[in-house]
Parts: sequence; C-alpha cells; structure tokens
Amino acid sequence: MDKSIVLKYDVDGNDFSLAGEASSSVKKVLLSLGFDPEIIRKVSIALYEGEMNMVIHANGGVITVEISPEEIHMLLEDTGPGIEDIELAMQEGYSTASDKVRELGFGAGMGLSNMKKYSDVFIITSEVNKGTRVEMVVKNKQ
Amino acid sequence: MEKYYHSVTLDVDKCKGCTNCLKQCPTQAIRVRDGKAKIIKERCIDCGVCISVCPYHAKKAITDSLSELDKFEYKVALPAPALYGQFPKVNDINKILNALLGIGFDDCFEVAKGAEVVTNRTKELIKSGELMDITISSACPAVLRLISVRFPNLLNNVLPIKPPIEVAAYMARQEAVKKTGLSEDKIGLFFITPCPAKATSIKNPLSVAKSGIDGVISIKDVYLKLAHKINSDSPPKNLQSAGFYGVSWANVGGEAEALEEGKYIAVDGIHNVINILEAVENEKLDDISFIEALACPGGCVGGPLTVENNYVAKSRIKETAKKLPKTKFSEDVDYNVLWEKPMEYNPIMNLDEDIFTAIQKASEIDKIYKGLPGLDCGSCGSPSCKCLAEDIVRNMASETDCIFKLREKVKTLSNEMNTLSKNLKG
Ligand SMILES: Nc1ncnc2c1ncn2[C@@H]1O[C@H](COP(=O)(O)OP(=O)(O)OP(=O)(O)O)[C@@H](O)[C@H]1O
Ligand code: SF4
Ligand SMILES: [Mg+2]
Repeated sequence: MDKSIVLKYDVDGNDFSLAGEASSSVKKVLLSLGFDPEIIRKVSIALYEGEMNMVIHANGGVITVEISPEEIHMLLEDTGPGIEDIELAMQEGYSTASDKVRELGFGAGMGLSNMKKYSDVFIITSEVNKGTRVEMVVKNKQ
Repeated sequence: MEKYYHSVTLDVDKCKGCTNCLKQCPTQAIRVRDGKAKIIKERCIDCGVCISVCPYHAKKAITDSLSELDKFEYKVALPAPALYGQFPKVNDINKILNALLGIGFDDCFEVAKGAEVVTNRTKELIKSGELMDITISSACPAVLRLISVRFPNLLNNVLPIKPPIEVAAYMARQEAVKKTGLSEDKIGLFFITPCPAKATSIKNPLSVAKSGIDGVISIKDVYLKLAHKINSDSPPKNLQSAGFYGVSWANVGGEAEALEEGKYIAVDGIHNVINILEAVENEKLDDISFIEALACPGGCVGGPLTVENNYVAKSRIKETAKKLPKTKFSEDVDYNVLWEKPMEYNPIMNLDEDIFTAIQKASEIDKIYKGLPGLDCGSCGSPSCKCLAEDIVRNMASETDCIFKLREKVKTLSNEMNTLSKNLKG
C-alpha cells in the first residue's frame, strides 16, 4: 500500500508560457486529495515561486513533490548558475532579475522570502556554476 | 429543490455521442456512456459552454414558457441588458421594452437598474476598506460555482453582494404593488435572460435564501415574438430609465468600468477566467483591485441563450448605451444587498473523504494512467486519458473502455486461442 504519492515535473527553462504548470498541477492533485484549502494555498504559492525562480534564474530544473497525509515535501533542483550569497538573496527586495523579466511582473525580490514564509521547513543550498537545491515542507494540520 | 438542480440538460434524442462538449467542459462534468452524453450533476456549473459547442443542439437550458404568465394577475418583465443588443437596427431600448408589453407583460423593470444599485453599494464597500486587496465580482453565477469547486482559497475575495437580478426583483415588486394596489403574490416577475447559470440560480439560489423572481424566460424563446412587435409603428411609451452604466453591464468590462476607479481586470470566457483566477491564487496581480470575471465570450451578451453574434451585439449595446446619461443612480432602496448566506467550498473533486485513502486512489490513478496511450482521444467517453484513469478508480468506467486497451486485450486473447488450438491438434 502506498502511503504517499510522488509527482515529478521537468520544468522547461526555455518556454516561459509553460511556467507555473507544475504548481498548478500540484494544486489540482491536492484538491482531489481533500487537503485543507489553507494548506493548498501555502504549497501552491511556495512552489509557484520556486518554479518561477527555476525558469527565470536557472534555465529550468526538476521538481519532485511527495504527498503524504502528514506533509507535502517539495524538492526543487536545478543545474543553473547557483547563488553566490544566499543570505543576500533571501533578503526581501533583493533581485538580480533583468529589466525584461521585471516588465513581466517578476523581480520584486520576494520569491525566496515568501517560500520561506509559507513553508514549515525551508532548506536552500547552492553552489556557483553548479546549481541550486531547495527543499520545502508544508506540514498538514491534523 | 434538489441540491444539484441544473438548468443545463441533455436532449437525449438529439445527442450523437460525439466528443465536442466532452472536451470543452471546464469542470470535466461530461462523459459519453452508451453512445450518449451524460452530465455529472455535482460538477456542472451551468456555464453553458456545452450548449454553445454542440453541433446537434442536444444541450439545452430549461427555462419557463410564456404560459407561466397566466398564473399571475400582473406580469412584469425584467429584461437583462443583454437583450438590448439582440435586434438588428434597433438602438432604442424603449422599442424593445414596449415590445415586451406586446407579448403579454403588463410592465417592465430593467435589470440594469438593479445593476446600478449594485455598483453604488460596491463602491461603498470598497471605500469602507472591509474587502480583501483583490475583489472578484459576484455577478456571474457560473464563475461563482467554479470558484466554489476549484478555488476555495478565493472565496473570501468574492464581492458579498447579491446579483443585480435579485435587487431588481425587490425594486420591481415594490413598484408593482404601488402601481396596482395588488398583494405581492398576485404579481409575477419574469427574468428575460441570456443565461442558464442565472436560471439555475433562481431555482437554486447561491446568495439569497429564496429568489424574488417567479419565472425565467430565455431570450431565445421570446426573440421572434419580440422581433415581430418591435417593428410596429405605434410611438413607444417611455419605459426606459436605466443609465449608461447599468446598461453597459451586458458587455464584459461594464461592471468594472462603472466603479470609475482602481485598476481592474475584466476577463471573459470560462477558460480565460480560470487562468486569471490561478494568477490571483499565486498572488501575482498585486496592483489590481477588482476582477470582473464572466464565463461567456464577451460577457452576458455572449450568453448561451442569446441569438445575435456576441461581437455584433456588443457594438450595438455600446451605441445604445452611449446615448444614455452617465448620472449616478441615486434612487435608494431599503433593501439588504449583502449576501444572506456565505459561499462555501464544495469539494466535489475529492477522491475520498479520507486523505490516506485518497492518496492510495491517486497512486492507483497514476498507475493506470501510465498504461494508457495518452492520446486524449475521447473515444472512451472520458475527456482525457487522465480522466479515464480517474473514472476507473471511481468505478465509473473500466480499462477496456479505452479502444486501444481493448484492442490489446483482444490480440492477447486471440494469440492465446491460437496456441490453445495448436495444442489441441498436437
Ligand atoms: N534557482 C535559482 N538559481 C539561481 N539564482 C536564483 C535562484 N533562485 C533565486 N535566485 C537568485 O536570488 C534572487 C532572489 O530571488 P527571489 O525569488 O527572492 O526574487 P526574484 O526572483 O528576483 O523576484 P520575485 O521572486 O519577487 O519575482 C534572484 O534575483 C536570483 O538572483
Ligand atoms: S457571463 Fe453572463 S450569461 Fe454567461 S454565465 Fe456568466 S452571468 Fe451568465
Ligand atoms: Mg523569484
């Protein structure tokens, strides 16, 4: 018997029109599983921001989501440019987004801090020129 | 009234069992079983997309017939502003309202006036600061039902004001009582509507305990009768009093424009609405304060029960409205326009009440889905392979409903038969 379900998404870094598909799909799955709307909200915002970062800053990556009755575990891995100073990147308002990206409504520098805010566990590791790995957990209220 | 009463239904005789509606339904509420379409009642939001796309006109909306008028002593028509765009060369609302008197009504009350009251109250509510940062219009019942099944996190963003038709109904009844001296129950109020979702909401209301409307008549059903009366030369009586803003509600953007301030998005077409609601959920629309979301292309002017092409009707309504005053509707009604009951999350997409069981079902679905061809051809009667997998787990279908799976099975069977018969000979 499966105690959890694992969803995997290849996030395309070249097609901006597809960005957001993974978080939208996870949201639908969580609705069908009967999670509380508040939990779904936290997961979908955190995941959406992470997905967007992958597309905008890292040319895509892989998202793995494991859903169990206790928690939603999200792993976002990319092989992009990495982040030099994580502490700085985490600061609200810090962004390296280009003007082009800002025109699209991104680049407020709020993504990472929101991801941290909406998740119960947030671990980010990164290595320049190697990539970035973000692990987030949203606990289900029982 | 049963919990899932719907105006949108199927004419079984006309249905050919094709996949047109199946594919377009935004809540995946349609299946084809035994060669006929079936609507899953719990999932239907009455948007009427299936009515518009069915090439055989097998999807219809149940509305009342004109004979219902006979039940009342004094009959008042409440035309939706969308009606004003329906007739070629008619840019005079009065002509249309007079035609309504010609087909059996004693009086008219424009729903556009109810819309003006809603606009005024919306402005007040926005000013009061009690609303969320982003307010979503509550005018389209199909969108409300969509939110209640797919966007539970946006329920708090919905404007808690009753729809224009309920406000208009209250005002119309008061006016009729005053004019005639009759008791309220002798007065019949009939909504002339482009909209199956609104028809459903009259019988099965979303935000009021009981609707003030006595009957719902589709624009389609009275179109020809009205067209005949409109051309008569007798000078029209003045029945028109709604202004520019109220009438403009027929077109998408009309409601938002009437608010006169704040940045807004006006979105039409149910699939576009879904995209915008997703964006609101992702908190990506921070400088927007109001969202007018209408299920139909062009807004109510493109409602499934209209006759005229929605682009043509839209331009006609614009022309007509231009001539009307932009004065604020000041008539005050001592009527509570706020919702009488809150909107609730309707978790019909749930696989199971228990999360643990639901997860098992989900992984089961995933396994089945991986074995399906992924063509989303619809031949199985489910809208997509994913949906068939879900239907199988929900015990609503079986794997061999997929013709490719069936073919595989037949092949294996015949191979087995072959080997068996060889064994027999040997
Ligand atoms: N996956 C990643 N790979 C490389 N750099 C990243 C990644 N994620 C974030 N960054 C860096 O961290 C900065 C801050 O990220 P954050 O998500 O907080 O803001 P943003 O993406 O710039 O703007 P917003 O998320 O508000 O649209 C980014 O500008 C970028 O320099
Ligand atoms: S857009 Fe108007 S006509 Fe269409 S479903 Fe919504 S309320 Fe009804
Ligand atoms: Mg970001």
